[in-house]
Amino acid sequence: MDATVVPNYLKQPKGLKSWLFTLDHKRIGLLYLAGIMTFFIVGGVLALIIRLELLHPGKDLVGAKDVAFPRLNLASWYVYIFGALFALYSIIAGSVDTGWTFYTPYSTRTTTSVISMTLGVFILGFSSIFTGLNFIVTIHKLRIPGMTWFKMPLFVWGLYATAIIQVLATPVLGITLILLILERTFGIGIFDPSMGGDPVLYQHFFWFYSHPAVYIMILPGMGIISELIATFSHKKIFGYSAIAFSSLAIAFISFLVWGHHMFVSGQSELAAMIFSSLTFLVAIPSGIKVFNWLATMYKGRISLETPMLYALSFLFLFTIGGLTGIFLGALAVDVHLHDTYFIVAHFHYVMMGGTVMAFLGGLHFWWPKMFGRMYSERWGKISVALIFIGFNVTFFTQFILGAKGMPRRYYNYLDQYQPLHAFSSYGSWILGLGFLIMFIYLIHSLFRGRRASSNPWGSLTLEWTNSSPPPPENFLETPKLTHGPYDYDKVLVERE
Amino acid sequence: MPPGQSTIAPEVDALFNFILYSAIVFFAIVVLTIVYFVIRYRRRGKEELTSGVTQNLKLEILWTAIPIILVVIVFFWGFRVYLKMYVSPKDAYEIKVTGQQWFWSFNYPNGASTVNDLVVPVGKPIRLLMSSKDVIHSFYVPDFRIKMDVLPNRYTGIWFEAPEVGEHNLFCAEYCGTSHSDMIGRVRVLGEYEFDQWIQEGAGAGEGVSPAEYGKQLYTSKACVTCHRIDGVPHTGPSFLGIYGEAQKMADGSSVTVDENYIRESILHPQAKIVAGFQPVMPTYQGLLDDRQIDALIAFIKSLKKE
Repeated sequence: MDATVVPNYLKQPKGLKSWLFTLDHKRIGLLYLAGIMTFFIVGGVLALIIRLELLHPGKDLVGAKDVAFPRLNLASWYVYIFGALFALYSIIAGSVDTGWTFYTPYSTRTTTSVISMTLGVFILGFSSIFTGLNFIVTIHKLRIPGMTWFKMPLFVWGLYATAIIQVLATPVLGITLILLILERTFGIGIFDPSMGGDPVLYQHFFWFYSHPAVYIMILPGMGIISELIATFSHKKIFGYSAIAFSSLAIAFISFLVWGHHMFVSGQSELAAMIFSSLTFLVAIPSGIKVFNWLATMYKGRISLETPMLYALSFLFLFTIGGLTGIFLGALAVDVHLHDTYFIVAHFHYVMMGGTVMAFLGGLHFWWPKMFGRMYSERWGKISVALIFIGFNVTFFTQFILGAKGMPRRYYNYLDQYQPLHAFSSYGSWILGLGFLIMFIYLIHSLFRGRRASSNPWGSLTLEWTNSSPPPPENFLETPKLTHGPYDYDKVLVERE
Repeated sequence: MPPGQSTIAPEVDALFNFILYSAIVFFAIVVLTIVYFVIRYRRRGKEELTSGVTQNLKLEILWTAIPIILVVIVFFWGFRVYLKMYVSPKDAYEIKVTGQQWFWSFNYPNGASTVNDLVVPVGKPIRLLMSSKDVIHSFYVPDFRIKMDVLPNRYTGIWFEAPEVGEHNLFCAEYCGTSHSDMIGRVRVLGEYEFDQWIQEGAGAGEGVSPAEYGKQLYTSKACVTCHRIDGVPHTGPSFLGIYGEAQKMADGSSVTVDENYIRESILHPQAKIVAGFQPVMPTYQGLLDDRQIDALIAFIKSLKKE
């Protein structure tokens, strides 16, 4: 196709107003990207990371013109920015010293700005619920003719599982936070024992959302990894249905394991036993995914470009993250490791080693599609290497610190832990340097990058049949599905 | 892992090591496979169609079943040791533990009490009955591999037995406010004879030293040090350096000269007068210090003069 004829969603229509009122899901995706990047730099507040999955123009994958509710989609973005600013304001205005869990009764009593912070999170929650609804309806109703459930790209399966958790779990968090605000404002005793409440009740409510929330972050990441590995191995995905169903299994189990955050909270031994056994169930679908990804690479034609390097980093780091989860699921061992740096390291391996690596892989993979420009492959590789090394130096050290008994949330510590802390801090500088290089070459590529062809990676999913960047309505005419998303054994696509 | 110093520690460590070694094996399999595939199936030249299996039920069952067997083992093992950890022997020696912002206090069956200094006899099971006066804390002794949350509205318990004489760190492991990371105590394991002597002589502490010297000991042992520094730098509370005899500005705008009565009041009724710029977070020491100890602390604060 001639690029001068095909309209491009980045250029048409023009003007600031056209962006602020856009109903195009791709533009909204970019707004999220800009928002997330900004807040990522500002501080990486947790609730913002939850929003990670919304970055990608994922709807192109099902062949739809846009999401089912484009106005709601834009509204979610505004709600998200508003909530995030609110949260940011409370940090600047009065600081929040409760940790991200807001455990009662401390959070009921501290004088810092808990109310505005929780209100910020509450607003963010709405954004999350809206988007979850939007995705579910889009996936159900707007797939193009011929795209059956089992011809959907696996990324879409990941989004689907995520959206279900968002819609079902987020309201519980919202209600909990409202109860917390009521307690602080009107002194209604719900969680604070001095008013007749129960602090452990808060923990149950909180983790009922916050454990599934972790899967909200990782599931889309896993979906991206499926795309990357299939594309860069140039191989039909191994065990499609196993990967798809394991996403749903993870989403389902995620609702049943919240108590594993509370093994030493004073809950009964019976409860601890049940939660421990359910927790181990999560290991099974996660393992299935890893093995299927490995099998996909078997007899493929593997090319090691930046997105694939991120995917391999994901496999490496997520496997460590998953395996260290086994330590924490085992009751007797968790008692020692709970609330130490071991936990901190574990969730960074899963969240950052998993989610962020997948996000960066996806960012580099779809970058040419989103902006129509290629970034520097060489600098891309340098930055992956720095991020990978820096990450491991920073966080692997923390496993050792935790096993030695260093509790988390200490700004001050005993001298015996000092050398390891220093080592971990040096690692974070390497990590930071890697990110800095990435920001520089990505921004550079926007202006100076080589023009991207419509399918630079030789991928078979639908969005790559389109020009880069795509036209405002995604597909000029509804595309016909001539092959499955991973038919690398049947269709020969040459990289353009 | 630090060397285990309780009877339960070797059991925890055995499970820890079992998981560690199985995890290393799994990890090695995954990483070696990745490396091998990347080298063996590296893309060379132009695209070609790729074939190879894309479904294999036997494989799927195999890599579902093996992890299931392993986690079932780990689960039962972990649960068994966990039960042992929380069900204390009937003849255990019981000590009451109270957590509050930001120190631990320990009450013994004979009425003796200590702050941030848990003294126990060697080779005897010790049961800790714990509660909090304010927010949630968590009692954590890494060397013993034990941890238990300490709650404001109910009792929780844990037990341990230390087979050797020694000294161990005690941390608070649940975030509890500004001085959370300074809420550090120690556990001293004494020989049976030394313990008996210690518990009988506990009340006689401070004999033979000057009141100011005794006050200095109390400043550390009763955890004043957690919030009040003696170098002039404000922390959670005001520094003690040179405050005796000085006029202090209060939060309500009034001015108070620091004298003996003011210090006594501040120890027993900390909320009565709050120095401007600080939060009213200090707990009362009523019942934790006797008159002689308060006198000693006053003498100590008096001795801290600016150069």
